[in-house]
Amino acid sequence: MQPTSAAFKQQSRQAIANPVLQKALQNIRPGFQQKRAKAVAALPEFDALRDQARDLKTHVLAHLDVYLERFEAKVQESGGQVHWARTGAEACDAVLGICQAAGASLVTKGKSMVAEEIGLNSRLEGAGLTVVETDLGEYIIQLRHEMPSHIIAPALHLTKKEIAAAFMQAHVGLPEDRPLDEPRALTDEARAMLREKFLGAQVGITGANLLIAETGSTIIVTNEGNGDLTQNLPGIHIVVTSIDKVVPTLEDASTILRLLARSATGQEFSAYTTLSTGPKRRGDMDGPDEFHVVLVDNGRSSILGGPTQEVLRCIRCGACMNHCPVYAAVGGHAYGWVVPGPIGAALDPGMIGLEEAKHLPHASSFCGRCEEVCPMRIPLPKIMRYWREQTFSRKLDPAMARYGLGAWAWLARRPRLYHWATGMAARTLSLFAGRRRRFKWLPMARGWTSQRDLPAPEGRTFLAQWRAEEKRRARAGAP
Amino acid sequence: MADTPAPPSPDAPRRVALFVTCVVDFFRPTVGFAAVRLLERAGCQVEVPPTQVCCGQPAYNSGDRADAVAVAKDVVAAFEGFEHIVVPSGSCAAMIRVHYPKLLGDDPVWGPRAHRVASRTHELVSFLTDVCGFESVADVGAAGSVTYHDGCSGLREMGIKQQPRKLLASIPGLELKEMLDAEVCCGFGGTFCVKYPDISGEMARKKAATIAETGADTVLAGDVSCLLNIAGKLSRDGHTVKARHVAEVLAGMTDTPPIGAGSKE
Repeated sequence: MQPTSAAFKQQSRQAIANPVLQKALQNIRPGFQQKRAKAVAALPEFDALRDQARDLKTHVLAHLDVYLERFEAKVQESGGQVHWARTGAEACDAVLGICQAAGASLVTKGKSMVAEEIGLNSRLEGAGLTVVETDLGEYIIQLRHEMPSHIIAPALHLTKKEIAAAFMQAHVGLPEDRPLDEPRALTDEARAMLREKFLGAQVGITGANLLIAETGSTIIVTNEGNGDLTQNLPGIHIVVTSIDKVVPTLEDASTILRLLARSATGQEFSAYTTLSTGPKRRGDMDGPDEFHVVLVDNGRSSILGGPTQEVLRCIRCGACMNHCPVYAAVGGHAYGWVVPGPIGAALDPGMIGLEEAKHLPHASSFCGRCEEVCPMRIPLPKIMRYWREQTFSRKLDPAMARYGLGAWAWLARRPRLYHWATGMAARTLSLFAGRRRRFKWLPMARGWTSQRDLPAPEGRTFLAQWRAEEKRRARAGAP
Repeated sequence: MADTPAPPSPDAPRRVALFVTCVVDFFRPTVGFAAVRLLERAGCQVEVPPTQVCCGQPAYNSGDRADAVAVAKDVVAAFEGFEHIVVPSGSCAAMIRVHYPKLLGDDPVWGPRAHRVASRTHELVSFLTDVCGFESVADVGAAGSVTYHDGCSGLREMGIKQQPRKLLASIPGLELKEMLDAEVCCGFGGTFCVKYPDISGEMARKKAATIAETGADTVLAGDVSCLLNIAGKLSRDGHTVKARHVAEVLAGMTDTPPIGAGSKE
């Protein structure tokens, strides 16, 4: 997909001014934060599991080639095929090739952020295929021609009202006065619409939450059951996933799964945890005739081994964005790419380039809440700081900010001059502040005063007063 | 190093250097004097190294590592002769304690010096309770109700949560009314607040609203920088809650008007 992250500032401003989005974002606290907190409190070994999962994934990343090749061998052993894709375009080509070879016209698709990343839908649709998203959130945003605003809740930016309107417009032939006020009515209608697609599709595409090297299995976790119908009913199942998802064993997968749902939705386990190992075997009741795994790199191997490689531990639970006050203010679309929030700020510059994504690691107060909740203990502020250092050393930040910083640093290294200058400034500002002791507007500080008043300095600086007091004491001969 | 202090005798006062921080120095000297009063009450002998300026966060958080390193070295040099370094800010204390070792750790000369200064650096309120064993400020007169905002760095990097609440609870007649999401950022974030004013303003708006919802008279925090943001947003949005650094209340120095407020407010 085409990123718009360079326009983050404008996009965030629009997001803050969008009342529908702001109303939808209010659901994050009860819907995600409180549920996660409850789930974590109920599992005493949660932090120990985090350590274990961090170490596990760190080990995998150090031996990624070994585990990926082991995974490939096992997929082949079970009768499936692995397609290596260096870029998003290569991955799209691989998927399209499989669809075309099968003469497919209708493709169902479970939620896959990797598929969003590589722009798979538009590639398939451009070749004449019909692609139907079957995850409810993805289905809604497909109807609205939008991109996901959250990695586990793609339609988080909408309220019931917008969803009902999208259904009214898209589902022609149904009574126009049907009630769509309740979530149940909406899901029932989507369910009925999707049922025929599930049955008619020739190819089903899913993502994967985990890949198991020892068995060649892929795992998806879902709550709607759409993933199972997508991958079991059509004759061909294509898993579109990325190279960072592999873990050595089923036991390792279980470690991560115990963290994943708790961190994401506060569930102990998601409603469905589905393992796929190869195509249907002789004697199997169901399953696809063909099983393909498209392993997407798309920039990840260039992150591997570098200063930001810890982002590759991410299991896409969304906890960081669910607890991020910046995400809560602007939502996901403002970030301009498929992975928003703190993990986006740490990951996206490495994926789409720092020139495009430079705002994202700067648009953080470094409050640290993301790192506090990350189940994989990714040091997100540290990685954002790395990108800020890159922005600075590559001179990608505004010249004015650089000059200002340079002047400040020059002054800060000259204490006498600094104290004289700040002493003057404090007294001057104090003088002009009047009786209200705050400024509603101040030239040179418009970034501040556009949003809030600036409290005035008290008058003389602490150090000036302290020095005077010490002199007075010395003169008086006091200790 | 020759300047390693001799182990103090049990009765000797702790020799403490106050790093007042550039924000307190400039905007809110009262907090510096409140810190001195509290430290002296806790039996410390307070000194204020005269060459102190700033901890370097503006450069460090803007990606200007070279300037951050230069400023950090100045701070290390100014404070390494002291047994304890106390800072009335969770954020600046965390900069020294948590981040200086990362900034200077690889330097064979400055690394060990930075580690030593870092390990001796404390945020004011947690120093009083955790190091000095200070338990009560019961003789301080205060009335009414307060709510406490947990500054991010103090909370997450320095483990400050119960310490200020414990001391506030020791003041007779003072009621603590907890706000919703006290641990959520106020939107200050250093240069973030002026680089992304709309986002910062929206975060501050929510913080100001949750503070006002408590019905408390005054919001307290351990960082003047957060408080400048909070006080500025409270007044901008028409809330009448006052804002003070927690040290002002603990030291009984509430004669000074609240942050960003005239004496009659």
